[in-house]
Amino acid sequence: MSLVRLEARGRASPAMVYLTPLLAVGLTLASGFVLFGLMGFDPLRALHAFFVQPVSSVRGIGELVVKATPLVLIAVGLAIGFRANVWNIGAEGQLTLGAVTGGGVALAFYGDGGWWLLPLMILAGIAGGMLWAAIPALLRTRFNASEILTSLMLTYVAVLLLQFLVHGVYRDPDGYSFPESRLFEDDALLPVIVSGTRIHLGALFALLAVAAGWVLIARTFIGFQIRVIGLTPAAAGYAGFNEKRIIWLTLLISGGLAGLAGLGEVAGPIGQITPTVSPGYGFTAIIVAFLGRLHPVGILLAALLMALSFIGGEAAQIAMGLPKAITGVFQGMLLFFLLACDVLIRYRVRFGRRRAAA
Amino acid sequence: MTDTVTPRLALRGITKRFPGCLANDAVDLTLLPGEIHALLGENGAGKSTLVKIIYGIQHADSGSMLWEGAPVSVADPAAARRLGIGMVFQHFSLFDTLTVAENIALGLDDAGPMKALEGRIRAVSERYGLALDPQRHVFDLSVGERQRVEIVRCLLQDPRLLIMDEPTSVLTPQEVGKLFETLRRLAAEGRTILYISHKLEEIRALCDGATVLRGGRVVAACDPRARTARELAEMMIGEELTAPERAPQVAGADGTALRLEVRHLSTTTDNPFATNLKDVSFAVRPGEILGIAGVAGNGQAELLASLSGELPAADQGAVLIDGRAVGHLGPRGRRDLGLAFVPEERLGRGAVPELSLSENALLSGYARERLVRRGLVHFGRARGFAERIIDLFDVVAHGHRAEARSLSGGNLQKFIIGREILQKPKLLVVGQPTWGVDAGAAAAIHQALIDLARGGTAVLVVSQDLDELFVLSDRIAVLFHGRLSESRPTHSTTVEEIGLLMGGLFGTATDEEER
Amino acid sequence: MTDLLILGPVIGSMIVAATPLLYAALGELVVEKSGVLNLGVEGLMLTGAVCGFAAGYSSGSLVVGVVGGALAGALLGALFGLLVLFLMTNQVATGLALTLFGVGLSALIGQGYVGIPMSKAGVIRIPVLSDLPILGPALFAHDALVYLGLLAVPAVAWFLYRTRAGLVLRAVGENHAAAHALGYKVLRIRFLAILFGGAMSGIAGAYLSLMYTPMWAENMTAGRGWIALALVVFATWRPGRVLVGAWLFGGVTIMQLHVQGLGFAVPSQLLSMLPYLATVVVLVAISRDVTRIRLNAPASLGKIFHPDA
Repeated sequence: MSLVRLEARGRASPAMVYLTPLLAVGLTLASGFVLFGLMGFDPLRALHAFFVQPVSSVRGIGELVVKATPLVLIAVGLAIGFRANVWNIGAEGQLTLGAVTGGGVALAFYGDGGWWLLPLMILAGIAGGMLWAAIPALLRTRFNASEILTSLMLTYVAVLLLQFLVHGVYRDPDGYSFPESRLFEDDALLPVIVSGTRIHLGALFALLAVAAGWVLIARTFIGFQIRVIGLTPAAAGYAGFNEKRIIWLTLLISGGLAGLAGLGEVAGPIGQITPTVSPGYGFTAIIVAFLGRLHPVGILLAALLMALSFIGGEAAQIAMGLPKAITGVFQGMLLFFLLACDVLIRYRVRFGRRRAAA
Repeated sequence: MTDTVTPRLALRGITKRFPGCLANDAVDLTLLPGEIHALLGENGAGKSTLVKIIYGIQHADSGSMLWEGAPVSVADPAAARRLGIGMVFQHFSLFDTLTVAENIALGLDDAGPMKALEGRIRAVSERYGLALDPQRHVFDLSVGERQRVEIVRCLLQDPRLLIMDEPTSVLTPQEVGKLFETLRRLAAEGRTILYISHKLEEIRALCDGATVLRGGRVVAACDPRARTARELAEMMIGEELTAPERAPQVAGADGTALRLEVRHLSTTTDNPFATNLKDVSFAVRPGEILGIAGVAGNGQAELLASLSGELPAADQGAVLIDGRAVGHLGPRGRRDLGLAFVPEERLGRGAVPELSLSENALLSGYARERLVRRGLVHFGRARGFAERIIDLFDVVAHGHRAEARSLSGGNLQKFIIGREILQKPKLLVVGQPTWGVDAGAAAAIHQALIDLARGGTAVLVVSQDLDELFVLSDRIAVLFHGRLSESRPTHSTTVEEIGLLMGGLFGTATDEEER
Repeated sequence: MTDLLILGPVIGSMIVAATPLLYAALGELVVEKSGVLNLGVEGLMLTGAVCGFAAGYSSGSLVVGVVGGALAGALLGALFGLLVLFLMTNQVATGLALTLFGVGLSALIGQGYVGIPMSKAGVIRIPVLSDLPILGPALFAHDALVYLGLLAVPAVAWFLYRTRAGLVLRAVGENHAAAHALGYKVLRIRFLAILFGGAMSGIAGAYLSLMYTPMWAENMTAGRGWIALALVVFATWRPGRVLVGAWLFGGVTIMQLHVQGLGFAVPSQLLSMLPYLATVVVLVAISRDVTRIRLNAPASLGKIFHPDA
């Protein structure tokens, strides 16, 4: 018995489902305030430099969208899997593979591209991500191996594969043995869709993914099966839903979208293949998926917020000399607060001692 | 007993409130030394809450408790054990992968070294006729043996009050008889036994006193030996009982056609805790109810899964519906051929707790009720289907949007059975139709099953409740250690005969299967 | 003969490479035996590594460093325990959050320590035994944490299978409702297990930054926390088999260094994949036997417990 205790609500609170993400963001900002103070910075100025300054210009908002694009693509896919209790946490690796395969196509046809090159790259990028996600799917459905561990291990393998390639066959022959590929030709670059910014075609794909993800989860029978498997696997077995099929499907969807996101980076803002194609989008997207309540529209909003934490980190580093690592702390803290606040959906907080029998 | 005897335990005005329900409302209870006292009530009457309060698992909001005349407050089960209170749980508080001795050690506050404990276990189990091997793992034991572990665990603490929560629901009639002998011997030693049950005949045979709970309140305290079972039942339920109406079986119309036929069905699973079926054969005709009796854990789960299609058979011809081999088909394929299925676990298999009733209607009705069109869910039709079920089967719920878990056990079971029956099945398989369900809902469910069969559907009921099977079935067969007995017509068999079969006295099963 | 001479150092460095895995996996094993799945081992190790390094560097004492790492791990573990036990959050999601948070936090704390070298820990030579040819130096000339790690294996096994507290811990992981009904404080027991697991992961991290490398670098654990999680499954939750698994992975790690030394022209990136690929292979080999997993995995693993339910 303690002074604070939790009491079950009769039913889940619908209001809290929407309020807790806001509460978590508020708590994260408050903690950031304290953290900046402890580190000897003026908290208000630091928070301003982190969260306001970066988006106070058109260019800044453009960068926000550029960073949000891969987060939305990946998180929409992950959320579909998470709903089915399929924990693909190797999206970073699938993203990397998408960059390797899609970018590889660009390099293979270097010098003789055409209108067909970009669609081919996109297909190759999606296929690469799917291929990398197919391995955990196969190992889970055939051998019962945890997709959490296998997908994560494959991320390390994918990153090493990328490094092997940029130090080898992908290396720019005229690049003084610098571990980078050639710059992609125009035919191999995603067109910018808002002039004056770097927002590229990938942003449109992200919006399409949001719409498709919503239809899949909310309207289709497959989406219903995904939800039932995630909530109560035994009920799914009773209803005759094929769990293995859903595992394959959700992993292929999330892998394909992550692959597309990876291709979008090398054929978008980066424009070539470098040893590091992502600052950790595949991991941040996990937070985005939860913060967005595994709902495609929520994910869109959450991705913008998390994108802000990336560019805010860079901006604050330049403006005030704040360490870049603070971005990761903010992201982790936000997820912690969100998970903690979620208890309010099902429980009420009560203060005071419980009366005991005399 | 005279008034001068100090009660072993006296409860005064115990009240316990949960969100949305008053579980105990000013309950008084007096237990004397050497008494076997029944705590009687329907599911949800507040019996379990009351004993959890006595044993310190839950705490009363108000009221007082006197132990041998002195006021006490029981903070937790360890405190209860120190007072001399022992408890045998309904859902055993045992640990499958630990040994008998380890399980018992966990229930003792002074277990001491394992070797010495094993000696003590052997001594107590011999003294009370409760045979046990301390070194076996619990997952290897039968249900009756598991109960013995619980009882021995209590007895090793030399309790003066022993609480038994629904101890016979998992035993064969013969095992019940043995248990009663043990309990009488314990009472003769001066120990008090609080016996929780809703089985009236047992209480009349065993108990010296009874307290009846209804809706959380004490409605009567009486001597059960001086009352008829019917009187006790009416105190418990608060209204007159009506037996289900039974139109005569429509025989002959279908001749010898078999709706469901099972031929030499054996199962293998990768679950080490499963009881595999061995060469099970039986048949159900249209218009007939076949009851399958047996103590839990004798292969019921495997039989139900083999029939529903969740566990497809290795041999495609082992299960036939209307003469068609369906052993290889999954649940979907079998449903398309007219099978409907009500599983044992209603929340967590038959229904998804977090989803609404419309979505739960979709769960099994998607194909036969055509609730899906071109891959999209037709939510309007699903809602209509759910509303029809709620309406026709008197499901008490806040409409089709209510979450499945917000329903009481009885109402959820009515919803699930309604969902399956409204799909007009040719064959219905039901596991534990009224387990944990209140009497009103149980009566409605029994009537619905009988009506369905009389309309020409073949019905298979798997239940541990013999009374229920005798009310419902045209024929009864018994499952023991994964083998099924020959079925016998209900009108020409007795509870005793079925009870012997439940103990394994048929065919070659007994000698071969002793593990 | 040269092949034989190289064997000694190879075995010696294999044991060293296995040590952090051993600590982290033993800690996680105890956590999982109590019924909690903590996927945050990687984050705990990183935090232990940076805090251990900071404590060791500023105090100049390795002992203070290791204790600092253990405390940091336990503290972060306490945060995890608070969330999953008392706020009943999803264990998978919270574990991931712990790792993501640990990566960021350690990078933040460690920014002032990047690239600073530490002096290596002293080697304790066990008299007589360490003078044996070949195997002597390989087995009996290590720093104290290597020996302590080896002692931790029988110690954890003894605790789990020979003590009453260990029996209670296993019971809680097997069936938390029954343990609660018998009056055991499920949440308290699990919290203590999580603290222990956090401290062990912290030591594992501190070993990397203080003795193995010895220096601090961002993300220096390089997935060892996840490999430790896989080791627990590989060991089917038995301490002795954790040791076998840790040596196996220590061997794979060392092999990539020696293959090039032996003159094979395999690109370093491909060799670096080996531990990760080996983890996948080993995980598949064990997991495919569903019966064995079911018999050994704690039955309440990952399930949320609420005392009033």
